[in-house]
Amino acid sequence: MPDKQDGKKLGRRQFLKWSAGAGLAAVLSSPFLPVLNPVKAANVPLPGPSHDTSHSNEGGDPKKVRAWTMVVDLKKCDGCVTIDAPPQCTQACIDGHFAPKGQEWIQIFGVDLPGGGQSFLPVPCYQCENAPCVNVCPVAATYHNEDGVVLIDHKRCIGCRMCMAACPYHRRFFNWAAPEVPPEAALAHYSPLYPVPAVKGTVIKCMFCAHFLRDGKLPYCVAGCPMKALYMGDRNEDIASNGVEVVQLSKFLDENDAFRWKEGLGTQPRVWYLPGHGQNFNRHASDPRPLKRPVWNWGGDGYNYQIEPLTWKRRPNETKD
Amino acid sequence: MRPRIETGHRRLERIALDPLARTTTSYYLFVLFLVAVVAWGFYAYVTQIRWGLVTTGMRDQVFWGIYMVNFVFFIGISHAGTLISAILRVTQASWRTPITRMAEMITVVAISIGALMPIIDMGRPERVWHMIAFGRFQSPLLWDIISITSYLTGSLVYLYLPAIPDLALMRDRLGRDASAIKRKIYTWLAVGWRNTPEQRHRLEKAIGIMAVTIIPIAVSVHTVVSYVFSMTLRPGWNSTVFGVYFVIGAIFSGIASLLIVMALFRKFYHLEEFITARHFRNLGYLMLVALLVYFYLTVGEYLTTGYKLEIEDKHLLELLLVGESAGWFWFFVVAGLVIPAVLIIVRRGPVIPRMLIAAVLVNAAMWVKRFLILVPSLQVPLMPFEFGAYRPTWVEWSITAAAFAAFILIFAIFAKVMPLISVWEVAEEMESAEHATLEAVERPSGTLEEAEGMGGSAAQRRLEETQS
Repeated sequence: MPDKQDGKKLGRRQFLKWSAGAGLAAVLSSPFLPVLNPVKAANVPLPGPSHDTSHSNEGGDPKKVRAWTMVVDLKKCDGCVTIDAPPQCTQACIDGHFAPKGQEWIQIFGVDLPGGGQSFLPVPCYQCENAPCVNVCPVAATYHNEDGVVLIDHKRCIGCRMCMAACPYHRRFFNWAAPEVPPEAALAHYSPLYPVPAVKGTVIKCMFCAHFLRDGKLPYCVAGCPMKALYMGDRNEDIASNGVEVVQLSKFLDENDAFRWKEGLGTQPRVWYLPGHGQNFNRHASDPRPLKRPVWNWGGDGYNYQIEPLTWKRRPNETKD
Repeated sequence: MRPRIETGHRRLERIALDPLARTTTSYYLFVLFLVAVVAWGFYAYVTQIRWGLVTTGMRDQVFWGIYMVNFVFFIGISHAGTLISAILRVTQASWRTPITRMAEMITVVAISIGALMPIIDMGRPERVWHMIAFGRFQSPLLWDIISITSYLTGSLVYLYLPAIPDLALMRDRLGRDASAIKRKIYTWLAVGWRNTPEQRHRLEKAIGIMAVTIIPIAVSVHTVVSYVFSMTLRPGWNSTVFGVYFVIGAIFSGIASLLIVMALFRKFYHLEEFITARHFRNLGYLMLVALLVYFYLTVGEYLTTGYKLEIEDKHLLELLLVGESAGWFWFFVVAGLVIPAVLIIVRRGPVIPRMLIAAVLVNAAMWVKRFLILVPSLQVPLMPFEFGAYRPTWVEWSITAAAFAAFILIFAIFAKVMPLISVWEVAEEMESAEHATLEAVERPSGTLEEAEGMGGSAAQRRLEETQS
């Protein structure tokens, strides 16, 4: 009898010890879980029709790893000044993504040439292989997908803007308010591959139209360029296309003296430039015609308004919030 | 000699506990004012939540503003506590005792306010839990979270431990009419302190361990705050010296904050007898050391980038030295470095007003300096386009004012629940000083004057300094 009692007592004590130990281990190890599993946390598949099945059926083998790469032939880029239009790549991007007013995910910069002339530089997100923005994100909301594209999960983004600080190309935008978008944007199914409609208080940027690429479709900007100056390709398959011609990517880059913007930073952008100033369309480097601003067809005044204290009248975006 | 010690002790208790016992109407009015400012800031924050960060002056180019400036500023002044109470305790500088409590309070309050700032700055504050649920150790922001929470926890413990004997004192001195709940709280907080030699020994040991532990944590905090900036490829931020630069700047403004707090409480709560000119002078010299190091690092930072003049650095230096921000930059140099240095070095006029003016100038200039570290770097274009612009809106100013008001408010409340000077430590110091005097007097060869020169009669010297 005493033995039995002792045994029982011991058993209970043992159990308590075990459970206390397990609890302690769980508590102590919980801060280290993200360390053990950092990438998985980022690549949790997200709901949305464009993520897996619906779009990748036509694009051949879904398991094939891509390395999406963009090439911009600056010899063909005239900033659309010769056709007297806003840059059509930017315009197509804005219209296709309902990009909030003021955000040019692919933006054309005027670059000063040594003799006083100017060339144009279309700049999408460079989808850097060594992406500073991905490194600094505290919650893994921005990440590389399996094809090397840098995406943002707007359901996870906390809006700290650390990635904007890290990006040396200024290619990230913030949704400072509830974005002004046309009504049809509400029909879109959000996914990190197609972040429409934009989410207030989160960071947004170009994502190479990753929802199109696996289907063999070209991004809005590439398809929208009237000069066919933009090429989209896959480094693994060594192929690129601007919609009318198909080139061998490696040869194309080598033979046209391709360069990358701010190569010295070591960020390894996936966007290459072929030097030029639009000469293929008879644009002279000294052509003074300036770039035209893209237009947002759905009105509003972007993020330029400021809210004054104690004005109780209705404000411009009252109904949208 | 014995009765004199007792009188001194009793007097110390009376003066230290007086603010807890008596509350004037002007105190209530002041608190009411502070509460109003905090409430206005809360209204501003609600507006910001309602409409988004569009209500601030921040935009895509200058995407961080005075919220982050406040963050760096408040975390900076939190270093007052560590420096004074931990470093001076470890080095056994006995003059620190009357000011440790205030320094530790600054630390705790400043971290709490400072840590709120990035949350206020967030686009989606309701997702702040993502930092824990999905936190990545690769991100400098997570380093911030870890070290700031460690620092807050450590500082709370470090504020509490040396306060236990004083909490016991208050438990024992509560009047008959004190409410039961008040008595319960103080009894609970005093954790059965009976001032036995064993308790004393254990407490001293615990405080010693905390003092040593908290110093590396404090250094790490401001180092990783600087890493938020220096882990990026931006002009002015892409710097290896930033960790040291921020730590020194933190100590610099921390001492200045402590000087201000000391001067104010000394005046309002009549602590002239315990917080003396000597404390202001010693802290002034410490501030001078921090000032000189900060000056050295500032020169080094701008000279090395300015000599090479990479294009983005060139833009930044033009903004700072001759451009749009030049007025503020030279304000920082003159009001934050030159005038305080002169005020400390040229010992003309009463020391306390001199140090107070120097400290106010240093704190104002250091806030401006944090602004200059943050905003002009973001104004510099990284691609071929125009410079960015930033002008804080009323929302940002209101929240900033509320942050400062909350800082003072918590302090004002603290002053009503706990003595502002560490009664038991000051009493201990007084006692040991008395013993030193006695010993010196009793020694046949020594004279009283010699003993005083050795730091003997602290009480007497205090009296002299109060008069000066």
